[in-house]
Amino acid sequence: MPTVQADNLSKTFHVADKQPGMLGTLRHFINRSYRAVQAVRDVSFAIEPGEVVGFLGPNGAGKTTTLKMLTGLIHPTSGSVSVLGQVPFKRRPDLLRQVTLVMGQKQQMIWDLPPMESLRVNAAVYGIPEDEARRRIDELAEMLTISDEMTRPVRKLSLGERMKCELMAALIHHPRVLFLDEPTLGLDVNAQTAVRNFLREYNRQHGASILLTSHYMADITALCDRVVMIHKGGLIYDGRLAGVVNRFAPFREVKLELASDADESVMARYGEVESIQGRVVRLLVNRDGLTATVNRLLSEQDVTDLTVSDPPIEEVIGRVFDDGEPGDTDEYTTGADSV
Amino acid sequence: MTQAFAQSRTGWRRKLGVLFVVHYAEMLQYRVEIALWAVATMLPLIMMGVWAQAGESGLFPFSQVLMLRYFIAVYLVWQVTIVWTIHHFEFLVVTGRLSPMLLHPVDPCVRFILMHLAEQGTRLPFALGIVGLFLFLYPDTLTGGEGGDIWWPGWWNITLALAACYFAFILRFFMQYALCMVAFWHERVTALDAIQYLPHLFLSGMVFPFEVLPEPIREVLLWTPFPYTVWFPASLLVHGEAPVLRGFLTMAGWTVAFFILYRVLWHKGLKHYSAMGA
Repeated sequence: MPTVQADNLSKTFHVADKQPGMLGTLRHFINRSYRAVQAVRDVSFAIEPGEVVGFLGPNGAGKTTTLKMLTGLIHPTSGSVSVLGQVPFKRRPDLLRQVTLVMGQKQQMIWDLPPMESLRVNAAVYGIPEDEARRRIDELAEMLTISDEMTRPVRKLSLGERMKCELMAALIHHPRVLFLDEPTLGLDVNAQTAVRNFLREYNRQHGASILLTSHYMADITALCDRVVMIHKGGLIYDGRLAGVVNRFAPFREVKLELASDADESVMARYGEVESIQGRVVRLLVNRDGLTATVNRLLSEQDVTDLTVSDPPIEEVIGRVFDDGEPGDTDEYTTGADSV
Repeated sequence: MTQAFAQSRTGWRRKLGVLFVVHYAEMLQYRVEIALWAVATMLPLIMMGVWAQAGESGLFPFSQVLMLRYFIAVYLVWQVTIVWTIHHFEFLVVTGRLSPMLLHPVDPCVRFILMHLAEQGTRLPFALGIVGLFLFLYPDTLTGGEGGDIWWPGWWNITLALAACYFAFILRFFMQYALCMVAFWHERVTALDAIQYLPHLFLSGMVFPFEVLPEPIREVLLWTPFPYTVWFPASLLVHGEAPVLRGFLTMAGWTVAFFILYRVLWHKGLKHYSAMGA
């Protein structure tokens, strides 16, 4: 049985519209107008026990709304959700003891007290005995390299330190299902690496299922074999991370080094010119005609070096989010790469 | 079965103990604010000055000494029954910071009550200091004005008054907490609190003792929850002549009514909650 099962999940918000200026303000006061915004539409996917899934989408795609529905914080307009076989909106204590949600670094920590106090609250709330709580706090603090900051007021901690404390607060009860919304946002490179390593280790030790959103592709590539992609509220891909390139990038990158400086108009005859730096050219060439194009290049140009590779995944996903429309859903999803 | 019950009881005792201690530590961070709140709630002591003069005139059933004692008692009762959860709750809903609490297996209401008790614990020493100052300024309050024995309400009255105080706090809490639920639909719910603040101020016995009201008006008001939040506990402490059984039963009835209202609105409101800001 999947740990998380979402079926045709949709959420529509009614938001007030206000025009700028004095007239807009008065109109807004007297006769407020609302419009329906469909934040999530017919999203379905499942997460198996122990699976780490990347949840990708541009800003406003509906990722956070979906996470809030999966944790039971908000009710879907239509569709159904099941987490560990239960309906999250019912907020049954036995389910709440097994799930967690991390959203930003200003959530659970009591601002004026050291993190240790907030962690004691969480330990008590989850019914963790004192000794065991102490042991878990020490273990988590060590894994996240934050042991020395446990007695400083939270407001005096850096962004990264606060984020680590939020993770500790969210994981002290050893949940089986983790919903993580941008857990590395705003962290420096070292802190990002520490959090990634920590999550990987947590997943290994506890066999937890993780759904992770992040704008840093490094988080996704380091942790997730599978990604679910959402755009304008609709699901556009659910499959292996490696499959994203095959599915959305019908081209490969050809990097050339020529004997003399390259001419862009000449190079454009072979494919889409990504960049030209003196004698070095990067071209995007359609997969279907790749062999023929490379042969033409070698015979017509004075090539000193040539490499063919997949374009970077960040670039592919960026293009998908630039071009993709929710109407493309049928075209993109449940293809050969779907799990 | 008995063991499971004992474990559950120990678990709850620990939960409540830790929550109280941590929130107490949190409240103690704001030392100046606590002192200012103790001073800001001195309205009954100001009213004491007004009514003490009136008591001296002999036009009211209360003597000057009883007036002094009544308003000092009102000040103490108010220290226990101040409820500010609506401001906190509005902030949590508007900013989405209610969300982590909703994911805990303990109802947020339990935490809010403990926050109030913790805050009372920090404010009471300041309030007792202010009472001490007023007793020094008005020594008649203690001696009865004729150099008599020091006033002592008696253990029974003190026990009843203390029970009524905390019952009044629970009643006030659920009155306001039921109102808090409107925050799920309308973000600026503190405006609504202003509406119930006026009747609370004038009908609770905060600005005048109920004994000065005509009997029919007093009888009508005694069916509302307001007199039981201030006048009832204060009267039990000062002269013990309040209707004890009726008082506790009416408080229980209103508390249950507001509790049910809060639960109904809570379940409906959570469906409207959009976890904003988070």
